[in-house]
Amino acid sequence: MYQIIKQILKTGIKTETPPAPDDALRVEAQRLQGEILRHVGGALAIRCVDAGSCNGCELEIHALNNAYYNLEGLGIHFVASPRHADLLLVTGPVSRHMETALKRTYDAMPEPKVVVAVGDCGCDGGIFSPTNALGDKGESYATCGKVANVIPVDVAVPGCPPTPIALMQGILTAVSGGQPKMA
Amino acid sequence: MRLDEFPTKFPRLPGAAPIWHGTVDAQEFRNLCEQVARGGGKLVALWGSDEVARDAGYALHVSLVTALGMLCLSLPVAVERPTFPDISDLFPAANRMQRAVADLLGLHASGNDDHRKWLRHGSWPRDVHPLRKNFDGSAVFPTETDAYRFVPVSGDGVHEIPVGPVHAGTIEPGHFRFSIIGERVLRLEERLGYTHKGIEKRFESMNLEQGAKLAGRISGDSTVAYAWAYAQAVESVTGTAVPPRAAALRAVLLELERIHNHLGDLGYLGNDVALAFGFAQFWILKEDLLRLQGELFGHRYLMDKVVPGGVACDLDRNGCDRLLQLFGHLEREIATLKNIYDEHAGAQDRFLTTGRVSPDLAAQLGLTGLCGRASGQAWDLRAQFPCAPYDKLEVRMATHRNGDVAARVTVRFEEVQESMRLIRLLLKQLPTGELRTVPGDAPENALGLGWVEGWRGEILVALHTGKDNAIHRLHPHDPSWQNWPVLEHAIIGNIVPDFPLINKSFNLSYTGVDL
Repeated sequence: MYQIIKQILKTGIKTETPPAPDDALRVEAQRLQGEILRHVGGALAIRCVDAGSCNGCELEIHALNNAYYNLEGLGIHFVASPRHADLLLVTGPVSRHMETALKRTYDAMPEPKVVVAVGDCGCDGGIFSPTNALGDKGESYATCGKVANVIPVDVAVPGCPPTPIALMQGILTAVSGGQPKMA
Repeated sequence: MRLDEFPTKFPRLPGAAPIWHGTVDAQEFRNLCEQVARGGGKLVALWGSDEVARDAGYALHVSLVTALGMLCLSLPVAVERPTFPDISDLFPAANRMQRAVADLLGLHASGNDDHRKWLRHGSWPRDVHPLRKNFDGSAVFPTETDAYRFVPVSGDGVHEIPVGPVHAGTIEPGHFRFSIIGERVLRLEERLGYTHKGIEKRFESMNLEQGAKLAGRISGDSTVAYAWAYAQAVESVTGTAVPPRAAALRAVLLELERIHNHLGDLGYLGNDVALAFGFAQFWILKEDLLRLQGELFGHRYLMDKVVPGGVACDLDRNGCDRLLQLFGHLEREIATLKNIYDEHAGAQDRFLTTGRVSPDLAAQLGLTGLCGRASGQAWDLRAQFPCAPYDKLEVRMATHRNGDVAARVTVRFEEVQESMRLIRLLLKQLPTGELRTVPGDAPENALGLGWVEGWRGEILVALHTGKDNAIHRLHPHDPSWQNWPVLEHAIIGNIVPDFPLINKSFNLSYTGVDL
C-alpha cells in the first residue's frame, strides 16, 4: 500500500484542459434544448458500439479514459447498457452483421439521445466501402457504409483514427449549443 | 515424399522469410500435413482462391511451419467437385478456417462433420460465395435470420448466458454463449464474424500500391505488423531489396507497437482485478509513448509508415535521443509497477491459476504467439527464422510454462523489456542510406508471402498477383484464428466473473479474423 501511495503522489495530476466544442463537426443542427443540455452535459453517459471497425478507433476511445484526457473528470462516463446512455458513440463502417445490433442498441436508448459517428469509416464508410462510378462511397455485400446509413447521426468525427482530443471535441459538441425553449 | 525432402523438391520463394512453395495433389497434401503434425509442426494459415479465369478451377492453400521454415502447399480443386481433404483432425484450428473457406468460396472439407457456417451470418445466401470472381462485391442481399446452431449443454441446473455481440465494455463485437452451473463455466462457445466487412474482396479491387493502406487496417492495433507482412509479400513478388536503414526502422516500429500494446494490456489486466491504480499508471506510460510516436513518426499508432519497398518515415539523432530518454523513464516506472503487481495479494490471487492452458493442451490446439509462449510453446519468428534486421539481434524469447493469466502477464512484462533492449541496439547502429526502394512490376500469377511476429503472434499475408500489378487474391491471417478456440478451453472450470480477465489476458482480434 505504501508503494502505491508513493507512486500516486510521485505521479501527480496529469489531467489537461479539455478542448472547446467545434460546430464544424455537426451533421445535424442541435435538436436538444439548452435546458436539457445543461443536465446531460454535467453527467453524460456514453454507450459505445463497434459496428465493424478495424479496432483503431477503439484504441483512441480507450485513451479518453487515461489520466491526460480524464473524460470521467468532466462527468462523462461509459456505461454498459444502452438503457443508461444519453450518447451513442459508433465506430466502423457498419457491417451488415452488426446492422441489427446497432439499430437495437439505438432503439434501447431513452430519449433524448444523440449519436456521434467516429472515424473516417463511421463518417463515410472509409477504406472498406467500395467507391462507385460517381465517386460516392457505396455499400457492399458486407457493409452498409457510414453510420448515418443505419441510424440518425448528430455529430461526425473524422480521422483514422481521430485523436482523443478530436473525440472529446465531438462528444462535447454533441451536448453543447442548442436554443433554450421559448416560453 | 518425405517431409525433409521438401526444400529440394519445392522452390523457395524469393524474399525475406524461409518459405518453400509447392503444388500437390490431394494425397500428397494430406500426407505432408500429417508429417508436419507428427513432427510437432503447426498450421499457420488456410485459404482458398478462385482460378477459374485461368482455367484452373479453384485452389486451396495451406501454410505450415516446420523446423526448416514454412512449407506452403497449393492444392488444385475441381469446379465440378469443390472439396479438399479435411485437416482439422491434425490441426484443430483448421476447423473455423475451413468453414470460412466454405462460406466465402464454396470449397468444402470432405470428411468433416461440422457443416455449420462461420463467417456468414444472414447477409448473403448460402449458395452465394463472395470470394468467387463472378460475384460482384457491391451486390446487396436482404438479411436472413442467422439461425446458428450452438452446441447445447444439458443436465440438472445447467443454464446458458448469451453475451454479445454488443459487450459491456468498449471492445469489438462478438457473441459468447456460456453454459454454466452456478458460477462455474462448463462450456463456452464463441460466435464471431460480426465485423466481417469484406476486406478480402476489397483487396481484389486494388493494385499492389493501393493495398498497403488497407493492409494496415485489418487489425488497427497490429497495423505495423500487417503493413510489414504485406510489404514483404509485395517485395517477394517484385524482387525488391529493402534498404538496410528501412529494415532497421521497420523493426523499431514493430517493437514500439509491441510495447504500447503490452503497456495497455498490463493496465487493463490491473483494472480487471480491481486494481484501477494499474490502469491509471500504465495508461500514462502508454500515452507518453503514443505522443512521442506521433511527434517522431507522424502517427500515434504508426499507420502507413511501413510501405512496400521500405518505410515512409525517418528518425534523426534528436529523435533517437528522445526515444532513449523516454525508455529510461519507462524502465524505471515499469520496474516499480511490476513490483507493486507482484506484491499485491489481491491481484496475484486473481492472476494465478486463472484461465490455465497447459503446455500439452496448447501444443495440441496450436496456441500461438504470446499466449503460446506463456504456455510453454517456444515459437517466436524473431528468434527462430529471423529476417533482417533481427538476424543480427539475437532476440531473447520470453517463455513460461504455467499458462495462466499470471504467466501471460509475466510474458508481457518480459517482452516490453526485450523490445526496449532491441530498439536500443537498433538505434545504436542505425545504418545510413535510402529509406525506400520503389518496387518494380510484379509478374502475373505469382505468389508472395509475408510473415511477421506481431505483438499478438505471427501474422501472415499471402498475395496472389493478377495482371498489371493488380491483386488477384489476398489473404491476411491473424494469430487470433489459432487462439480464439483455445480461449474456449481456458475458461472451462473457471467462474464467469473471471472471463473478462482471461479474455483480456489473451486480447485477441475480432476484426483480424472476421475480415
